[in-house]
Amino acid sequence: MIRRALSLLCLLLCLAGCQRETQVEKANRDKILIVGNSTDPKSLDPHLVTGVIESNIIRALLEGLVADDPKTDNAYPPGAATSWEHNPEFTEWTFHLRHDGQWSDGTPLTAHDFVFAYHRLLHPDLAGPYAEMLYFLKNAEAFNRGEITDFDQVGAKAIDDHTLHISLKEPVPFLPDITRHYTWFPIPRHVVLRFSKNGNTISDRFTPWSDAGNLVGNGPFILKEWRFNDKIETAKNPRYWNAANVKLNGVRFVPVENFYTETRGFLAGQLHATYQLPPPLVDKLKAEHPEFVRQEPYIATDFIRINTTRPVLDQPKVRMALSKAIDRKLLCDHILQGNTPCGTITPDMGDYQPDHIVSYDPQGAKDLLAEAGFPDGKGFPRFKILMSSSGSRGTVEALQAMWKQTLGVMIDVQPMDWGSYISSQQKLDFDISLAAWTGDYLDPSTFLLMWTKDNGNNNTGWHSEEYENLLAEAAHQSNPAQRLALFKQAERLFMEAQPVLPISFRGRNYLLRPEVKNWHPLLLDNHPWGALSLEP
Amino acid sequence: MLKVILSRLFQSILVMFVLYTITFFLVKALPGNPLQGDKAMPPHIMAKREAYYGFDQSPLEQYTRQLSKFLQGDPGFSFRLEGRPVAEIIGQAFPVSLQLGVIAMTIAVSIGIPAGCIAAARKNGLLDTLSMSIAMIGICLPSFVTGPILAEWLGRALKLAPAYGWDPAKPATWFLPALTLGLAYAAYLSRLTRAGMLETLSQDFVRTARAKGVPGWRILVRHCLRGGLIPAVAYIGPAFAGIVSGSLVIESVFQIPGLGRHFIKSIETRDTPVILGVTMLYGALVITANFLTDLAGIWLNPRLRKAA
Repeated sequence: MIRRALSLLCLLLCLAGCQRETQVEKANRDKILIVGNSTDPKSLDPHLVTGVIESNIIRALLEGLVADDPKTDNAYPPGAATSWEHNPEFTEWTFHLRHDGQWSDGTPLTAHDFVFAYHRLLHPDLAGPYAEMLYFLKNAEAFNRGEITDFDQVGAKAIDDHTLHISLKEPVPFLPDITRHYTWFPIPRHVVLRFSKNGNTISDRFTPWSDAGNLVGNGPFILKEWRFNDKIETAKNPRYWNAANVKLNGVRFVPVENFYTETRGFLAGQLHATYQLPPPLVDKLKAEHPEFVRQEPYIATDFIRINTTRPVLDQPKVRMALSKAIDRKLLCDHILQGNTPCGTITPDMGDYQPDHIVSYDPQGAKDLLAEAGFPDGKGFPRFKILMSSSGSRGTVEALQAMWKQTLGVMIDVQPMDWGSYISSQQKLDFDISLAAWTGDYLDPSTFLLMWTKDNGNNNTGWHSEEYENLLAEAAHQSNPAQRLALFKQAERLFMEAQPVLPISFRGRNYLLRPEVKNWHPLLLDNHPWGALSLEP
Repeated sequence: MLKVILSRLFQSILVMFVLYTITFFLVKALPGNPLQGDKAMPPHIMAKREAYYGFDQSPLEQYTRQLSKFLQGDPGFSFRLEGRPVAEIIGQAFPVSLQLGVIAMTIAVSIGIPAGCIAAARKNGLLDTLSMSIAMIGICLPSFVTGPILAEWLGRALKLAPAYGWDPAKPATWFLPALTLGLAYAAYLSRLTRAGMLETLSQDFVRTARAKGVPGWRILVRHCLRGGLIPAVAYIGPAFAGIVSGSLVIESVFQIPGLGRHFIKSIETRDTPVILGVTMLYGALVITANFLTDLAGIWLNPRLRKAA
């Protein structure tokens, strides 16, 4: 028995010793990019998902009217459309599709595929979770709610095979940016219908059309294989309109949920890029492997959400006092490495640079709390701070200490699993919570619209008629500069009320191998896979 | 013997039914909506989605519908991986966990049982103290400590084996995860084997054999091993069921696409069909393993054999 066991161990060790070439070295030869992507996507059907994880993969398989630029967020290179024009009010847009556009099975890509995609996502029976992204279209919301049933009334028309006309309910100067979101991508009508019930049901929710082997795309890559918790393998799409300039033969997305494991895998030569570098490892890796560490701004904000329906927390002075007592720089220097301290909710984007309303001011915080009737925290009730089990424990503990030291206020920590955390916030069954928001596109509306009265993501209980009037005025404003000025005014009003206490603009900390070329910092982090290359 | 088998089969069906029912209603009692994503959905969309999954029905109706489908061999579709059949998810992950579990258990048995025998044979000697001390350390150190340590030392520093990833066709990738998983079980096995062997070694027939001049190793292997292994065998059955149904820690530390991560993730996301599918698989494995353990116990123990 012992001899057999030892033989087996020796054999295993010998076999182990034979492992010389790393996955990255092999992938460099094969021109396959291997990237960490955190977790499995919920689905690869763009009409059933809402997340960034899914977006990363879908952008490899499908392409919208406008493409992503590898170097900047503010350039709009042609994608499925070669050109576009709009009326002076930014409400009527015409996109001219390229004539050589085709699906990966050789079927021509037409404007009808776009209209079909918008029809399907907005169809009430499909119940697409992110149909709201199409509400910019005229009558889209009414159709989605079932208030009208004729899709011809919705503002998306195929004038001919290569001309798509879009009518919007209000001016949207940033529409080209919106069309880069996967909810605006085309889907292959002929394939989706083939796999649906009776072969012609547009709203069939679960059809295998997006499975490996079935999914037909118009992006630079095609889906080869999806093994749960293991990998999603894509291969170059030879029928992509720009295939001649796609230098990679494929992209492999690896769902590594444990970021420490992912870092170890990267350092062992198993990945070209990681999804996230755990904050405690940032300094160590910067010292040991500065050539790999990337710290870049990202379109996300960390903040404290306050339930303004709770007594005491319903007082703006109390909320402002709590906010002024937060030493954001300290947090970013020691716990949230890579993040930037912020005093407002929307990160700078293009011409929009909001004022930072709140900053660390311990004396000001004490004075405000005293004015609210709680000098040195006396009589202040003990609150709980809700956090998800995957949230930053260090941040919450630092906040506890800051509020205790500066204001004499005691806060307990209430960790919950993700489902309960989301549920508690939606039911306003919490005091304060550690939260974050990631923008979908480069316009302040992606951060500001959620604080309206009926928005399901508000979850603060706060609303203001004046704020909503400013947003409505901005929505009808076709002058881009005036529109942004109105948003700025609305954001100031929102921040002066402090229903959320901004902490930091999130940065992306990750590892990237130097042989990955044409990968540049992007606020939306939408690196166009087709433009990347591997040059060891 | 046939009566024993039939009786156990009936009990197993009853246990599986109770397990399904309890799990279903426990999941239903958890807070949180499995259809709720990170971002809120408009109420009309949420209502449609709930109707699609039958959430607009009472829990009892949902239970009856799902159970009836389950009995027809259809465990349903995942909520988290929308539209993906539970059978496909388990079908991909279980072979990985099974392969890892079999290798780990082989390592555990190969190390644990000989170590226990040697310790018993050299009771209170240096080998006994040494092996049992190591075993105690192995028991006390959880795999989320040994895993990263082995991965860093043997994997990254010594480059003895890959510290990340799993490839069924590349034995090198099996080594570190199987060793980490196997060592913890080896530690338990060695202690159980030692205890069993010591008890057997104190029996009268051993004294008689020694008096007759039978060599020590022969007494140990031929006369005592069978009886001494009974506690270890009783442990191996349920442990094997546990080991092949996935280990979240090992899968997470070594990036292995096994069943354990699905299990935890499905609970986090209230993915009832996957929770039920994995729980029932685990239940079936435990029941089967226990049954086989009992059969092995009967074979090893003449008194039980006579009773059966």
